[in-house]
Amino acid sequence: MDKTPQTDPRQSWTFSNSVNSEIRRAAATGIYDIRGGGAKRRVPHFDDLLFLGASMSRYPLEGYREKCETAVTLGTRFAKNPIELKIPITIAGMSFGSLSGPAKEALGRGATLAGTSTTTGDGGMTEEERGHSEKLVYQYLPSRYGMNPDDLRRADAIEVVVGQGAKPGGGGMLLGQKITERVAGMRDLPVGIDQRSACRHPDWTGPDDLEIKILELREITNWEKPIYIKIGGARPYYDTALAVKAGADVVVLDGMQGGTAATQDVFIEHVGQPTLACIRPAVQALQDLGMHREVQLVVSGGIRNGADVAKALALGADAVSIGTAALIALGDNDPKWEAEYNALGTTAGAYDDWHEGRDPAGITTQDPALMQRLDPVAAGRRLRNYLNVMTLECQTIARACGHNHVHNLEPEDLCALTMEAAAMAQVPLAGTNWYPGKPGF
Amino acid sequence: MSTLDMSVTPLREVNVTLQEAAKSQSNNAYEITNPRGSHAVAVGLDGPLSVTVKGSTGYYCAGMNKLATIRVEGSTGPGVAENMMSGEVVIEGDASQYAGATGRGGLLNIKGNASSRCGISMKGIDIVVHGNIGHMSAFMAQKGNLVVLGDAGDALGDSLYEARLFVRGTVKSLGADCIEKEMRPEHIEILQELLARAGADAKPEEFKRYGSARRLYNFNIDHADEY
Repeated sequence: MDKTPQTDPRQSWTFSNSVNSEIRRAAATGIYDIRGGGAKRRVPHFDDLLFLGASMSRYPLEGYREKCETAVTLGTRFAKNPIELKIPITIAGMSFGSLSGPAKEALGRGATLAGTSTTTGDGGMTEEERGHSEKLVYQYLPSRYGMNPDDLRRADAIEVVVGQGAKPGGGGMLLGQKITERVAGMRDLPVGIDQRSACRHPDWTGPDDLEIKILELREITNWEKPIYIKIGGARPYYDTALAVKAGADVVVLDGMQGGTAATQDVFIEHVGQPTLACIRPAVQALQDLGMHREVQLVVSGGIRNGADVAKALALGADAVSIGTAALIALGDNDPKWEAEYNALGTTAGAYDDWHEGRDPAGITTQDPALMQRLDPVAAGRRLRNYLNVMTLECQTIARACGHNHVHNLEPEDLCALTMEAAAMAQVPLAGTNWYPGKPGF
Repeated sequence: MSTLDMSVTPLREVNVTLQEAAKSQSNNAYEITNPRGSHAVAVGLDGPLSVTVKGSTGYYCAGMNKLATIRVEGSTGPGVAENMMSGEVVIEGDASQYAGATGRGGLLNIKGNASSRCGISMKGIDIVVHGNIGHMSAFMAQKGNLVVLGDAGDALGDSLYEARLFVRGTVKSLGADCIEKEMRPEHIEILQELLARAGADAKPEEFKRYGSARRLYNFNIDHADEY
């Protein structure tokens, strides 16, 4: 007797294996999933844009002969000592505590070799990073862990953190297993307890207060340091405008692919906007205020290569910032630790339990044995190499578009592969002269 | 005694003068007249210096002070002595919100009342308030001592860590994880010394001590209802 034909077992798109595994995990533990990193979901991104390159109407620059400048100056609005960088790629704020001391040192070494800046994080300034970072941006965060006027004065710039792309509107939590004696000492808290980072600053509320706070910071530091304001990708037009109103020299705009040391997965994946969607509204705000290029815009969140850098600049940014990519360059999620990632229930490339402090690569940990795995000199060289490659890639594209400075890249150099990207970047859909929302259509 | 008249001297010049005098370790005395609610007066001083402000100030007076003694003969706006490292700041009048926020050392002596969030996120500073304090004071307070001769508002010490809170009057309500604790001899001693330094006419035995129950130190889903 013939067997009745059957359809193949069909997995639900809505209730995928991944979704079901999270339901089971939640049911077993009663607590939401916490992890590091940024949004992992597919969102419209720089990959959805293409450069047009030179054509009859534009001529290119010779790749191996003609100069294409990359230098950028940040903080020209009010600061006596703006920051001069050789490349338009900076290292984003990541805390000591979240990262090991050698990792902070490696970031400083790599950035300095490449001619750019690093940034402290929620936990104060360490000697490792100050000593090895020629240009160091000091973050001024709601927790104020480790905040002191001496470090403020020896910083090269100050970044007031209002939000970050992974969790706009959220604070943070550094779990007790990463709170060693040194980390606890810097934060004035007991060893081994969970350290909460507040979501709001303790002594100001809103842009009117922030303007006065910035006045205080400038008065303490003799108006020398550029003041950055970092915002998460939430309402980029208004947030940028208000940051300018509050007196920012530089606006740092972090989209939802930007990483965090740890927060709820639901927060990372469901709050905030993709980086691509944030840039044009922020640039528009600067242009409407007559402040584009006078207040510099630094964009972060999912920058991976020189093409991403070039696209961010073409859309109007003055520089970009990298965090996750810099950690990967140092050695994070390297397949050479695959067996150890497997032992942790994950695999290289997917490891994101940075808050647990068991990082096989020795980067997101305070475990002395694991920390020793990272050679800060060699890791710094890898970061330098990576930054150099990104810069060369960005120059390659800029030359192909006929520009002798990467800042001369412009939206007219771009087209979009998808309707969503066209709408967000406000550049034409490939093969058309149209994008959704374009005036006159 | 040198005088800086803010009706004719810009804030920048006032602060530069004071900062350089403090740095020179001159131990000089300055008087600031006509502050008229100016913000960021006498901020970032780093050295022994005596400053008297003749009038009321705006936000962040004496911010991040180190070693200097600053006396305000008036009231202060939000964030007085924020992130103070050491030295002494005395307010003869009242202080607005966030007095002594995130302070890491020194003594903030408020002769009048302090508004909400007094001592928020304090990290080692000692604060003595001769009057009352507002709601959410000592929120997430990490270290140091907050002494209140009057009453405390709602949610005192919410989510606090290891700071010690001493209140002589009533407490409208305690915040999450803040409890009344036994006043032991070592606490009487600390309080005695602080009251003496602040020139407060009160006896340590009249106070109650509040501190962290330490139930929220490590995240536990069973405590979610307490937030």
